[in-house]
Amino acid sequence: MQREMEGAAPSGPQEQYFSNLAEGRFRIQRCAACGAHQFFPRVLCMHCGAQDLAWTEPSGAGTVYSFSIVRRKPDAGGDYNVALVDLQEGVRMMSRIDGVAPGGLRIGMPVRAHVLRGEGQPLVVFVPAEVA
Amino acid sequence: MMSLESLRGQVAIAGVGHAGLGEAQGHTEMEVLAQAAARAVADAGLNMRDIDGLATCSSSATMWSMPVAEYLGLKPRYIEATMLGGSSFVSHLLPSVMALVSGQCNAVLVCYGSTQKTAVFGRKEGVKARTLLDPQPFEYPYSPLSPVTSYALAAARHMHQYGTTREQLAEVAVAARAWARLNPEAAMRDPLSIADVLASRPVSDPLTVRDCCLVSDGGGAYVMVRADRARQLKQPPVYVLGSATAVWNRQISSMEDLTVTAAAESGKRALAMAGLTVADVDVAELYDAFTINTLLFLEDLGFCKKGEGGAFVQGGAIAPGGRLPVNTNGGGLSCVHPGMYGIFLVIEAVRQLRAQAGERQVQGADIALVHGNGGTLSSQSTAILGGPATH
Repeated sequence: MQREMEGAAPSGPQEQYFSNLAEGRFRIQRCAACGAHQFFPRVLCMHCGAQDLAWTEPSGAGTVYSFSIVRRKPDAGGDYNVALVDLQEGVRMMSRIDGVAPGGLRIGMPVRAHVLRGEGQPLVVFVPAEVA
Repeated sequence: MMSLESLRGQVAIAGVGHAGLGEAQGHTEMEVLAQAAARAVADAGLNMRDIDGLATCSSSATMWSMPVAEYLGLKPRYIEATMLGGSSFVSHLLPSVMALVSGQCNAVLVCYGSTQKTAVFGRKEGVKARTLLDPQPFEYPYSPLSPVTSYALAAARHMHQYGTTREQLAEVAVAARAWARLNPEAAMRDPLSIADVLASRPVSDPLTVRDCCLVSDGGGAYVMVRADRARQLKQPPVYVLGSATAVWNRQISSMEDLTVTAAAESGKRALAMAGLTVADVDVAELYDAFTINTLLFLEDLGFCKKGEGGAFVQGGAIAPGGRLPVNTNGGGLSCVHPGMYGIFLVIEAVRQLRAQAGERQVQGADIALVHGNGGTLSSQSTAILGGPATH
């Protein structure tokens, strides 16, 4: 659950989001007042302004809304993709699609969320739904 | 209450100027700004001491209006420093109109300068610094190229949703180049074909380097005064008939529909203030940071239906001799793009409406639509300008 924002709250929603990710938990906010989900996390609901937000676990199912292959020299690491993914809960986020051959990416493709924890910042990436 | 419609045509642009286009070797951004400002003031037939209103902003210095006032020796009674990225110098029009009509000030200088190409702290360093000063923690970890990947995502979605083709996007760059070839001040004047654009280096699919604006230096400025005074000055007045700005998001991932920008709102409001429709527009200057921009703005501003921008531009329709003259200086794609291009949209529209555009002059141009874009399709600002005959 999200802590109260006033008083001696030890951290804000952004820090809580990344703390969750660091523990391998992908959580998004849902507004108790209007029922809408939102991404990225905020101290108030972008739809109705209420501050009654709770962390929920998204199903992980999403659809590729758009993507771009960023061109990079092979010695700098080669090409990579940047995607926008629509989650089943009705929110969109920037991410990356792993586990798909270059040229295999399609808009509308079903994907599934995966929390990547390694060196540096934990990251939500997506993989094609059929290999998840 | 004062209505926006009552402000229509009450203020005019009386002077324009630019400096250091391309590469401003050995000059600071303040120096190219000041050169452009001096030219705009002289073009209006005024003296810098006549300027008592200032509108400016910078991609790096958050308190930029103060050093500009200091450098130019101004003590402005009106200061506008709203920073909306590239659309800023279009968005500065409406508050400046209000300041002039209310009598808060009598002559506003809108000015900008950048040396992002040649400076030691240039575009590359600026992009890097912004990851710290203007963090986007939900996008940066995925390493989108700033800003091209955001526009590439919009282009990919437009292609998916409406069947827009790479050839149609390339047509925008080809038209811009054809205009640039008529403009001795444009940076890129070699012939360019659709095949050239498609064969150029891919940057962030589906966009190639020829779908992207130039990286250049340059300063630009314009001077605004009340219309009655403008009619007494040196140049034919160019009236501000309408102006509106809209912002719906900052990040591309927060944009509700990547095929619809806030230009749909700013355009409607600016045209309503002017009491005109797009059918009245003789020339359009649309911020072409990337080829997809021009298609999106043609649709959102109402020149064609949503999804039909690609078909609209085909066959040289926005090139010289086409049905709608668009980006008549060569645009950000082929003329100049010093980080924030907005002020050059206004300068080119003024030259067209004064009939001072030389070989690229659009005959009988009375009404210009200027549209600025900022951030990653984040801020949209539209202005309707009218030539001397629209008084």
